Amino acid sequence: MKWVRLAAILFLVVVSVACLSADFVAPAPYARQFREVPDAAPSSQHLLGTDDLGRDRFSRLLYGTRVSLLLAPAAALLSSLLAAVIGGAAGFAGGWLETSVMAATDLFLSLPWLFLLITVRAFLPLNVSPIASVAITFALLGCLGWAAAARVICADARTLCGSDVIVLARACGIGGFRLLWRHVVPNLKPILYAQFWISIPVFILTEANLGILGLGVAEPLPSWGGMLRELESFSSFSAQPWLFVPLILLMVTVSCFHLALQNEEVWA
Amino acid sequence: MQTRLSSLVRGVSKHAARLLIVLGLGGFLGATLVRLAPGYGVDEEELDSRLNQESIQALRQSHAREDSLPGFYVRYLIQLMKGDLGDSQTLHQPVRQLLAERFPETLKSVGIGLALAWTAGLTLAMAAVMARARAVDLAACLLASVLLCIPAAVMALLFVIAQAPGRLVLGLIVFPKIFHYSRNLLLRSASLPHVLTARAKGLGGFRVFLWHVLPVAAPQLLALAGVSASLAFAAAIPVEVLCDLPGIGQLAWQAALGRDLVLLVNLTMIVTLITLLANSAADLAANPRRAGEA
Repeated sequence: MKWVRLAAILFLVVVSVACLSADFVAPAPYARQFREVPDAAPSSQHLLGTDDLGRDRFSRLLYGTRVSLLLAPAAALLSSLLAAVIGGAAGFAGGWLETSVMAATDLFLSLPWLFLLITVRAFLPLNVSPIASVAITFALLGCLGWAAAARVICADARTLCGSDVIVLARACGIGGFRLLWRHVVPNLKPILYAQFWISIPVFILTEANLGILGLGVAEPLPSWGGMLRELESFSSFSAQPWLFVPLILLMVTVSCFHLALQNEEVWA
Repeated sequence: MQTRLSSLVRGVSKHAARLLIVLGLGGFLGATLVRLAPGYGVDEEELDSRLNQESIQALRQSHAREDSLPGFYVRYLIQLMKGDLGDSQTLHQPVRQLLAERFPETLKSVGIGLALAWTAGLTLAMAAVMARARAVDLAACLLASVLLCIPAAVMALLFVIAQAPGRLVLGLIVFPKIFHYSRNLLLRSASLPHVLTARAKGLGGFRVFLWHVLPVAAPQLLALAGVSASLAFAAAIPVEVLCDLPGIGQLAWQAALGRDLVLLVNLTMIVTLITLLANSAADLAANPRRAGEA
């Protein structure tokens, strides 16, 4: 299955490069309105047609992919770091700290994810600038998504602390922060990488859900969730099939992350 | 027998104590968030143009005295114990009444969804493990993987377009997780030495599965039941909003858009209580003895 993984990684690289070079590849800025051709079908000028405001869908898809594909890993990085600090410290210190952290993760994991997310989102202003909405959405995902990863990392750190390597290091007089930094953290790296990769597709899908519900990235900035909102005005499957392109791209991208992840788990 | 009973009682009491602590903490956090949220305590009286700046300041100070955080929390707890969950700021109705109206709808959706997800997920996982045919396993895995890549909200939209019953969406959202977990668990159980020995001795496939594979995987499958309830409740928000089902998911969305914090916090607390109860029940059913020791 090595070729499948390679194909998945290649696809992710191509999509990432395309969205990073959106400024050069996109035929128009994402907010530019072609008022004379609203709701247009695909043509040579507009590869995926235009939306009801006359904005080029292909350009918006490229910029939207950039938002979703760059910020989901950023949120995953934030949640993995939080999980590493919280879970690692709890597993390393043990005792009451571990018990408290495990109780906190239990509480977080019992809270239905979307309920928690929209509750915290509602505490923040809803009428914010598009850039602020992007930052809020992905920062929330990063800050609230640490619990499951922290649990895994805590269990791993606890096992590691009882291993021969750490016992030997302790016997040699290494302790405290040095032991944590030089011996525990490097051995937790594979599990951290795996947690990072696992979080990315979860955050992409959650952003899409929030975007469709109108609680994600604000207009006119595009994101996959925002673009999928167009399906709400869709009447039949055969009427405007090009509206499904963002959905297909999202599904293929998430699948590619899953495929790339399978081997990452094996390596871990 | 008596030891078993006492460990079960110990398990139940430990779970109940944990539940109370978590709810107390959750309630405190919720009350704190409501109290500290921007715009809290703004009185319509302040908009009266006849009042001068000093009067407005006096009004604000009186509110601040009434609503110190500990005072607010104590009042919140007392009201909670009386069954008063406060009033919705956007719908201008008691939260309790709203919950009574909307909860049965969500319970129905979640119930149907979970039944569908478990039936389909477990049946396909069993088929994949028992048939031991690569084609069956591949087809089932492919179906689950495709469903795993579709956001819940998009799946709900597709059902609306296809004019299919929206309640089934919850089942399709939870199904892939149940299938993947059950399949991996059953595969691991099926490769245990005693199962291989039973097969080598000529026991039939179904008998081996029923007597030797399923009992090993059963405790973890039961634990998954609690988690699946949490997944279904979370998915209820986009599904109820887009399929226009008047349940608590739709209510939570309306509350989020209207920044109705009292309603949102109470909804989240109640859903958390239900998922915690489901998790505890699953945990106790899966392993009562260990639950008592935990």
